[in-house]
Amino acid sequence: MRHLILSLLLSLVLVPVAKGFEIEEQSRFGPGETTNVLRVLSTADLAFIRPMLLPFLSKYPDVAVEYTVASSSEVMKAVFDESQSYDLVISSAMDLQTKLANDGLALSYTSQATQSLPDWANWGDQIFAFTQEPAAMVLSNKAFEGLELPRTRQELLSVLRQYPELFDGKVGTYDVRQSGLGYLFATQDARTSETYWRLSEVMGLLNVRLYTSSATMIDAVVTGELAIAYNVLGSYAMNRADKTAFTIVLPSDFTTVMLRTALIPVTAKRTDLAGRFIDHLIERTNEAGPSLLQLGSADDQVDENSLRRIRLGPGLLVYLDKFKNRSFVNEWESAILQE
Amino acid sequence: MAPQVHIKGSIRRHLITMLLIGAALLAVLLYFVVQSVARQIAQESQDNILAASATAILDNAAVIDGEIMIDLPYSAFSMLGDVSDERVYYAIRLNDEFLSGYEDLTPIRSNGRSPRTFGSMDFRGEEIRTASLQRPIFLGAKSGTLDVTVAQTMDGQRKKLARFSLMSLMIGFSFFLLTALLAAVAARSATRPMHRLAASVSRRGPGDLRPVEAPVPAEMAPLVSSLNSFMQRLKHSLAESEEFIAEAAHRVRTPLAVVRTRAETTLRRVEKPENRQTVREMIRAIDESSRSAGQLLDHAMVTFRADHLEPKDIDLPALVIDLVESLKPLSELRDVELKVGALEPSQIAGDGILIQNAVRNVIDNAIKYCGQEGRVDVSVLRQGEHVQLVVEDNGPGFPDDPEQNLLKRYARGENVAGIVGSGLGLTIVDQVVRAHGGTLDYSNKTGGGACVTLSFPSC
Ligand SMILES: Nc1ncnc2c1ncn2[C@@H]1O[C@H](COP(=O)(O)OP(=O)(O)O)[C@@H](O)[C@H]1O
Ligand SMILES: [Mg+2]
Repeated sequence: MRHLILSLLLSLVLVPVAKGFEIEEQSRFGPGETTNVLRVLSTADLAFIRPMLLPFLSKYPDVAVEYTVASSSEVMKAVFDESQSYDLVISSAMDLQTKLANDGLALSYTSQATQSLPDWANWGDQIFAFTQEPAAMVLSNKAFEGLELPRTRQELLSVLRQYPELFDGKVGTYDVRQSGLGYLFATQDARTSETYWRLSEVMGLLNVRLYTSSATMIDAVVTGELAIAYNVLGSYAMNRADKTAFTIVLPSDFTTVMLRTALIPVTAKRTDLAGRFIDHLIERTNEAGPSLLQLGSADDQVDENSLRRIRLGPGLLVYLDKFKNRSFVNEWESAILQE
Repeated sequence: MAPQVHIKGSIRRHLITMLLIGAALLAVLLYFVVQSVARQIAQESQDNILAASATAILDNAAVIDGEIMIDLPYSAFSMLGDVSDERVYYAIRLNDEFLSGYEDLTPIRSNGRSPRTFGSMDFRGEEIRTASLQRPIFLGAKSGTLDVTVAQTMDGQRKKLARFSLMSLMIGFSFFLLTALLAAVAARSATRPMHRLAASVSRRGPGDLRPVEAPVPAEMAPLVSSLNSFMQRLKHSLAESEEFIAEAAHRVRTPLAVVRTRAETTLRRVEKPENRQTVREMIRAIDESSRSAGQLLDHAMVTFRADHLEPKDIDLPALVIDLVESLKPLSELRDVELKVGALEPSQIAGDGILIQNAVRNVIDNAIKYCGQEGRVDVSVLRQGEHVQLVVEDNGPGFPDDPEQNLLKRYARGENVAGIVGSGLGLTIVDQVVRAHGGTLDYSNKTGGGACVTLSFPSC
């Protein structure tokens, strides 16, 4: 079953299969009777985008925004295979965004705002990063009562090895075969350090639970189902009301940072509005000050030196390759499933 | 003065023009060479990195359980994006069967057997550079060839080339400027020997007709050798004409002198007063013609010597005394009182023969034109930087016709009234004085009588 889903995902990426893509939510903001409609296709849910969207709408009162949410693979399907007409594509799947731009499906756009971006936040004037979102460990405060909180992967490893009975079945992480973001985080982890594989093996031995979204993982930590959620989007955890139940740790050995990016697909009709929205996203994130794209208020923990921003660019295409994907997933399965 | 030289073109300008044209051509050539080398280097570096990427992929291909596995290293593509945000395409094929990547990216096949081939092509509307690498691979029983093609867009390349292009333009331009500077210097130094020769020739004294002996560049040898031979001939013909003048003077004067002697002998023998008168007039006529002939020859001689003046120190008072002494018989014959006035000691630089000739002509005129009971005074005065030789008489003076220039050749005043003359006297005097950098003044004194002043710079 899992293999089936995986091959489906891959076929979406590499071999066109034309079917309608799946939408999660859709809503419309702004004035009803206007011809200025910006159609956005995004992986970010409404709760996430609303604080960025509302100032845009009040800045341009004659512009309406039609906001469609879909998973990263569905977004890819819509743009890559179905050539659906959207004016802007926002996605956390940096690899897929890179592929869209690399394959000539994105338009170039330059403005004062895009030129103010640091090199790593702009690829070929086509992909623009507007957030930095770290992959965090979310630790249940209850489960870690009386224990010292691990700050690095090594510390996490040793705490898992030390108290296997405490954490058996209580460690959760992304299923890389089903989540694009999980795959992205895992491949970057593996690329940066061998510790990832040791950690995966240990998690496998502890009967790790696999998830497809950060939100459900955090839910599980809150309910006590999980003691540790590994590689969770820090920005999601940070914005939750029930923050007191857990501690967000950005591993200080290295913290993988995902950049949420926007691009204008070649099928866009209102490139002017799309450009305005991109400028707005960049300027809004820039307000934070010299660090530019703010790190989702990860507060005192952020150490610039331990940040590993995922690099936009052709390097990411490697993980979309059929062979690479197969060999990575094979290795991941043998490490984590321990069957 | 010196006759005008007709000028057509300039060697230096010509040289500079030619050098500049050459420099411009070279600069353009340099521009293209630098650019093409830069293009080649840029291309090579892109090819190398593409090949490195393809190699990295090939190196990570393995056969596991009869199936091909390729663990693409992250660096395989990330190294391509290092310099600029280029797009990257790749295709992996096994025996022409597409395995992974971009199916529409076709490998470039070389004619030869080289395992790496590079090429440029159009892909999805953009120019790309591709590298194709092959490797044999063994899949169970059968073997195959694994072909990896990696391609990259050329935006960065183009930008780099534009920069190189600008750079080579600057190199070409500065090369041109430098050569232009060198051309100017070279042209100047090339024409320097010519200027040096011209200067050394014009510095020479008028009589200096020695051949040019200073070494000259080979190109100037024909000019200098013909100049030398020209001067040789000139020297020869000058010597000849000098000889001719002396010879002619001798040939004219000698027979006249013989005739005069005979006439004098006859005068002594003749007793009849009217006959004596006739003979005396004959003698005077002989004297006049002898002097006129002498003056003609003098004129020629003066013209010749004045052009090749070789100045020596001359004691002017002494010269005056000698002359007055030798002209005494003539003045006595005319019943003219010839006297030497003030003789202030003074020296001038000049040609003694010419000065003597000039002064003799002036005194001669005074004796000739001062009339009955004439008196002639010769004096030498110092006037600051100048020495003046003044000849005064008590005759009727110069005719006052402002139109007539008595200094002209063969010009004679209307007061000559039967007095024999050639009209060359003052011409000669003027010529001599001017050759010595002096001036000739003739005027009439208020109390009557002519006054001729020759003034020379003293030394
Ligand atoms: N001492 C002088 N008194 C008056 N007239 C003179 C005197 N010297 C020269 N002249 C005038 O100047 C003219 C030119 O003189 P010159 O050249 O010596 O020619 P020439 O004596 O053969 O006539 C003379 O013909 C004469 O009219
Ligand atoms: Mg005379």
